[in-house]
Amino acid sequence: MATPAKTPGPVRIPGGVAAPGRGGIGESPLRPDGTLKVAGEFAYASDLWMDGMLWGATLRSPHPRALIRSIDIGPALALPGVLAVLTHEDVPGRKMFGIDHTEDQPVLAIDQVRHQGEPVALVAADHPETARRAMSLIAVDYAVLDPITDPRAVIADPEGLKVQDRGGITRYQPVRVGDVDAAKAAAEVVVSGEYEVGIQDQAFLGPESGLAVPSDDGGIDLYVSTQWLHNDLKQIAPCLGLSEDQVHLTLAGVGGAFGGREDLSMQIHAGMLALRTGRPVKMSYNRYESFFGHVHRHPAWMRYEYGATGDGRLVYADVEIILDGGAYTSSTMNVVGNAASLGVGPYEIPNIRIDAYGVYTNNPPCGAMRGFGAVQACFAYESMMDRLAAACGLGRIEVRRRNAVSQGSRLATGQVIESPAPLAEMLARLEAMPMPAEPDRSDLRNLPGGVSQSTRGEGVVRGVGYGVGLKNICFSEGFDDLSTARVRLEVIGGEASVLVHTAAAEVGQGLVTVQAQVARTELGVQKVTIAPADDRVGDAGSSSASRQSYMTGGAVKRACEAVRAELLARAGRRFGCPAGELGVADGKIVRLAAGAVLGTVEDVLGDGAIEETREFHHRPTARMDPVTGQGRSHTQLALCVHRAVVDVDVELGLVKVVELAAVQDVGKILNRLSLEGQIHGGSAQGLGLAVMEEIVVSGGLVRNPSFTDYLIPTILDMPPMRLDILENPDPEAPYGLRGAGEPPTLSSTPAIVAAIRDATGRPLTRVPVRPEHITLPEAP
Amino acid sequence: MDFLRPVTWEDALAAKAARPGALPLQGGTDVMVEINFDAVRPEALLDLTRVRELAEWDEADGRLRVGAGVPYARLIAELGDRLPGLAQAARTVGSPQIRNRGTVGGNLGAASPAGDGHPPLLAAGAVIEVESEARGVRMIPADGFFRGVKRNALEPDELIRAFWIVPAPGPQYFAKIGTRNAMVIAVCSFAVALHPDERRVGTGVGSAAPTPRRAPAAEEFAAAELDWDGRGPLSPAAARRFGELVAGAAAPIDDVRGTAAYRGHALAVLARRALTWAWNDHRAEGKEAV
Repeated sequence: MATPAKTPGPVRIPGGVAAPGRGGIGESPLRPDGTLKVAGEFAYASDLWMDGMLWGATLRSPHPRALIRSIDIGPALALPGVLAVLTHEDVPGRKMFGIDHTEDQPVLAIDQVRHQGEPVALVAADHPETARRAMSLIAVDYAVLDPITDPRAVIADPEGLKVQDRGGITRYQPVRVGDVDAAKAAAEVVVSGEYEVGIQDQAFLGPESGLAVPSDDGGIDLYVSTQWLHNDLKQIAPCLGLSEDQVHLTLAGVGGAFGGREDLSMQIHAGMLALRTGRPVKMSYNRYESFFGHVHRHPAWMRYEYGATGDGRLVYADVEIILDGGAYTSSTMNVVGNAASLGVGPYEIPNIRIDAYGVYTNNPPCGAMRGFGAVQACFAYESMMDRLAAACGLGRIEVRRRNAVSQGSRLATGQVIESPAPLAEMLARLEAMPMPAEPDRSDLRNLPGGVSQSTRGEGVVRGVGYGVGLKNICFSEGFDDLSTARVRLEVIGGEASVLVHTAAAEVGQGLVTVQAQVARTELGVQKVTIAPADDRVGDAGSSSASRQSYMTGGAVKRACEAVRAELLARAGRRFGCPAGELGVADGKIVRLAAGAVLGTVEDVLGDGAIEETREFHHRPTARMDPVTGQGRSHTQLALCVHRAVVDVDVELGLVKVVELAAVQDVGKILNRLSLEGQIHGGSAQGLGLAVMEEIVVSGGLVRNPSFTDYLIPTILDMPPMRLDILENPDPEAPYGLRGAGEPPTLSSTPAIVAAIRDATGRPLTRVPVRPEHITLPEAP
Repeated sequence: MDFLRPVTWEDALAAKAARPGALPLQGGTDVMVEINFDAVRPEALLDLTRVRELAEWDEADGRLRVGAGVPYARLIAELGDRLPGLAQAARTVGSPQIRNRGTVGGNLGAASPAGDGHPPLLAAGAVIEVESEARGVRMIPADGFFRGVKRNALEPDELIRAFWIVPAPGPQYFAKIGTRNAMVIAVCSFAVALHPDERRVGTGVGSAAPTPRRAPAAEEFAAAELDWDGRGPLSPAAARRFGELVAGAAAPIDDVRGTAAYRGHALAVLARRALTWAWNDHRAEGKEAV
């Protein structure tokens, strides 16, 4: 297990990266981490190493609900090589934490456990194997209780079935528009459905890992894999009994996130062990533990009823959405807000009644995951649009077009869509895309089941389906969303160079590349370095909500603009002309009107650096009204539409997705290569939810915490994609861009399920669709 | 945990005799996962990957003797024409990396009911050669090898040396169900092997009972039903009946990978299809021969 010692210090930490390529905004420079990752050379958080470090391990509850009668750590402490065994009594500061200002999660369980895998005790030892042996010596006396696992029962009896003292319901958010009861009397066509979404996991490949190093001032330096350094800091410091300036965070290599790193995992625990032992402590979960180390996507139970005119125009929507958040609040408040505000998607409906609930249970904790509440609702409302099409005898595209929002439409919350939302045009473009060529069916890989050879063509039926999704971009509901960038321009080795420093987390999405592109475009200088993300610069917000190109891209742009203004002011003084008449391009100071080159950036800078720090905030949003759900709760909205073509072995219920086609409006393409990667990846994650990805739970216990049985799509499952990317700018956003990471995750799932329905005629009201749902008659 | 690394087969047998609790390691694709997840904690690991003779195969008296350490990738490349059923099964194992490491010997050692290599061995009538230092070689027919969930017929001091198998005398097929199109553990699987010289049909059912097993009633039905002399077509009704008999031989359970009802249904479909493919190939060969 022992990796050979390297040079002293935590050496495998990403340093500043010289952003390769020369591209500005709109070009596709390659990402600096790409080759390293493909070649297996990228330093992830699990590769962190420091001589003399200890290994931390976490003892977790095997029960979803139990009282803790006693914990005996004596035998574990006595094991040679063990340096510390800690319980909740050893938490140096505040014993509770939480991501969204609801500190209801104990650092280590206090007298009871509320979900399987809840951390109970910590061990630090000189070898990971010793730490594991020590954990098996900790005697925890549990009084096991019946777990509360049915969220619908909790809603029926929120005071009786309480996992948290505050009650069974985390958040109830209604939305009320018009008069649904009156509309019900007038509707000519009524369709209804009940839908269910299983628990999806982010399934990032880099497990939760980090290194805590005691610092000289009695504090802690933490190297962690996270999505939001400053939010981690705010939670970590009080629990460690330290001030925020005694805790320093540096981003370690992140192996995927998708929302699963918004909540803390090992951060406080490693800090506690390092403070106690005075030694560096590394913690790294294995794959099994990772399934208990982070929150998942909320499972959902949804009842929908739609009324329409005979020609398919919606007149009312009557909706109930129940989201199971598990034992702790995590992001459930905001996930419920999204599910409620986006519960009927991008369609104009004059009368709306939505009741959205988040509840506490003893099931696995759920929180942020790509799509964040909008994914669950999208599966339901898109399934409903297909039912409406069938009931009205309309095409599935046509029924969507008749109800589609456009610029100026009102959403369920009353919010007016102020920027372009050309859904009808997007649907037309999707419909016009050519169908995929017939696959070569002599190659088993082109058939459902692949090389498992369950069919050689027998039983295979083609199906086509469509999906539309609407996602909010950036933080919503009144949150003061901001990012900060520090940009420094100076001459290094005779060449003008830019250093961009932010706390924004590169989680694999390509943010460092975009930051460099912004700097090149704004400063006309090619050489750009991105400093390691840490908390020595202001808050950047989370790498979540499709917001970093918008927010940190916006902050870098602002800071660059300030640097440029100072540069041109200095140039104006040097060349004796008003700064307002000057510009910078290709490293040269030019007089704009004449196009004359006056000198180089290096000439102007000399030995003097220019450094500016700027914050960027998006337009403020409003809270949803607690009774009516009305309010301008989102700052930006983004659309994606998918067409799925599938081949289904209808006798065996196996699915081969033949092609996914997507049309997405991104406002402005910053980096086409990265953008296409985001659309491919989001679509693949939606495919996973459609046909395979689920954490299966019974009695509060996870039955498949491994990549053997939690299946994610492989290259033989994810088909080629046909993309049509539109650029209708949002005037409020930097460069007119629209966040792009999440929308494809919404619409691919319902498109694929609709295609399977098209091939099989089965109702398929639950995702992921399992083979027996297709082949056995009593299935959903 | 001790790590034993014999280089010769004799040393391996001696090590196993001295340390019957040592867990043999062939490709490691199963054992290392179990160890990493702390699911097993053997007193010692007996690494067989350096024992050269285990990674060899040869042919004698019309039979192949395939060493327990021949990885799936080599089975496919070197023996795919003579052992098509086993090669098809090998092709469904894991990823290319896993197929480079994993072996039939390791599969037999683990004796998982879901092991992909087992059904084709059963259908082909393979024999497993095991050996101990004290008692020498023992030959165990495949259908007597699997004794329970992850239990096989090995004594504590025995190691798997090789398996013996006849090059396919007729068409062979392997088919399995997984809920994704690659890298998946079988929800259920089925292998069929025609033995036209003996007018016999071999079967193997995977992942649908506590052990891999044959479907004897289906074998007898097909042997009697097929038109061995005239090579006439297989009727849809007979193919369906064969499928039902295969499903009837299984004893599936509900688990996280699938339901018992689905496994039974899917086995019937796989068996019907696989027998149809095999018989159609046999008929086509007959026509070519004429």
